[in-house]
Amino acid sequence: MKILVIEDEPEIRKDIVKFFAEENYIVEQAEDYHTAREKIGVYEYDCILLDIGLPGGDGLSLLQELKSENKNGGVIIVSARSSLDDRVTGLNLGADDYLSKPFHMAELHARVKSLIRRKSHHGSSIIDINELRLDTEQRTASVNGTEIQLNRKEFDVLLYLAANKNRLVNKSALAEHVWGDHIDEVNSFDFIYSQIKNLRKKLKDHHTGVEIHAIYGVGYKLTDQ
Amino acid sequence: MKVLNYTTSYFAAILLVIITVWAGIFYYAMLDEIYDSIDDGLDNQKGLILQKLAVDTSILQKSGFDEGDYSIIKSVAPQYKAEDRYIDTMMFMQNEQDFEPIRMLQTGFYSHGNYYQMQVITSMVEEDDLVKELLYALLWLYLGVITIILFLNNILLKRIWGPFYHLLKQLKNFRLEEPEIEVKSTNIDEFRLLNEAVQKMVKSNISSYISQKHFIENAAHELQTPLSISLNKLEALAETVQLTEKESELLVSVLNNLERLTRLNKSLLLLSKIENRQFLSEEQVQINALVRTSIADFADQLEYSEISVSLVEKNTVDVLMNRDLAVVMINNLIKNAIVHNYRGGNIQILIAERKLSITNTGKNEELNSGLMFTRFNKTRQSETSIGLGLAIVKAIAELFNFDISYTYNDEHIFSVIFGN
Repeated sequence: MKILVIEDEPEIRKDIVKFFAEENYIVEQAEDYHTAREKIGVYEYDCILLDIGLPGGDGLSLLQELKSENKNGGVIIVSARSSLDDRVTGLNLGADDYLSKPFHMAELHARVKSLIRRKSHHGSSIIDINELRLDTEQRTASVNGTEIQLNRKEFDVLLYLAANKNRLVNKSALAEHVWGDHIDEVNSFDFIYSQIKNLRKKLKDHHTGVEIHAIYGVGYKLTDQ
Repeated sequence: MKVLNYTTSYFAAILLVIITVWAGIFYYAMLDEIYDSIDDGLDNQKGLILQKLAVDTSILQKSGFDEGDYSIIKSVAPQYKAEDRYIDTMMFMQNEQDFEPIRMLQTGFYSHGNYYQMQVITSMVEEDDLVKELLYALLWLYLGVITIILFLNNILLKRIWGPFYHLLKQLKNFRLEEPEIEVKSTNIDEFRLLNEAVQKMVKSNISSYISQKHFIENAAHELQTPLSISLNKLEALAETVQLTEKESELLVSVLNNLERLTRLNKSLLLLSKIENRQFLSEEQVQINALVRTSIADFADQLEYSEISVSLVEKNTVDVLMNRDLAVVMINNLIKNAIVHNYRGGNIQILIAERKLSITNTGKNEELNSGLMFTRFNKTRQSETSIGLGLAIVKAIAELFNFDISYTYNDEHIFSVIFGN
């Protein structure tokens, strides 16, 4: 899987590149409009992360160019303008997804994975972790053909953690992903704990070989050990 | 009191005093002149009578006034007074059938070895009639002057004060969001200066308001990147290093605060975008559906907090507004009702004719409804609350001309009346 990170802020670019490299993606980077254009012209990417806030406002024109060239790769817009309207504009221009800064790496990762799943025709909607099988299309979880009864939110939590397998997922990243942006102020995420508890029990009861660890105060990690 | 009426009332009072004093002086001056002229007449008559006496002594027998205007009475030496004395007295008048004031000259003379006393009379002005006439005349004058002043005020002063009232009207309708002050040109220096001063003040206020708005927006934007970097680095740190519990606690605290800062930042950005009117698209939004969706979205939190929700839909409410902001508004209101509730409490949502009201249990005291919707008001302290939720609701309500209110009736009630 090949990813192009177009981001002018060096620290953020570095972090993204490092994160995806660790996840065994092939990551290329471009810090400005020209470099990005060159790379897009020459190579094919499965996913392009585009900061539309590039100096000079070239981000959106880059997106238009990309779309007019009919490139296959998906585009996720990353923007410091977290306005609801900007999101609509970006998506109307042909971006596949929109993420506003600041964002959690786990969220970006989940979006990239989901995008790649949707984009690749031969790709499967099945995620296997040890005995656990997640079907992202049917939205079901099963072990050796036996379905694990999960409610909608439990499945979302599991899928999100699975997408970030063996990675620490910040609890607020998880909460925002599953319960939406408006979750932020409610109950200090205490209730997530009860959801995770149920999920853990189900995973254990079905001998999935998958475990969710709570990392004190920070978040959760799904492991296949 | 309007400035026009104010000046008029002052004029009225001053005129009353001036005219009264003037009337007194005028009255006595006139009376004095009348006496003077009557007394001259009496004196002249006395001379004529004495001349007549020289040729006709028969008039010495005229001891009564009768048809004439003098009488002569023989006197004796001890009572005799030769000097002239003018006296005001009364006499019965046949035509009036009443006693009327007269002026009388008493004098004495010596003739043919005898002393005589003579009285010459003439009709005098009736003072009470004079006063009455004068009073009426002055009253009419006074009323006339006041009427003319009122009339002039209303025509002249109104025209003169026109630019002032125009400016006043403009200031009354002035809103920072729609800064339009248009003044009437005038030749009057004071009003021209006032117009200029107001325009200058408004201009500088608007520019500082705009620059402040931009500052908030820019600051919030610029904060996004460092926040993003810090959060990512901390998460990376939490992942790569095996932390002790103590270290972990510190890390979590930093993370939580950074996240809080992030939320604050996002809310500020949203607020300034609402106030900058950057949400242009409007559509018919079905409030009922949005409320139901919102309740469903919060279902897990509600269940966790054991808060029950009842929704009563009396009407279907469709409102022309921006859809995203409608979602934000309803979510914030419901979130507010959850955050400031207690375990086992309840929330009642009522959708009626152009109205949405959300009632929640909570602290047993009325909250300051004046501060309720202001930014960073922490009357409802909550450790995770950033105090912008209701300010955002208010900004949205103002943008679409909705009425938003808070009342307390053992429970906290927030109502939105949809305008249009």
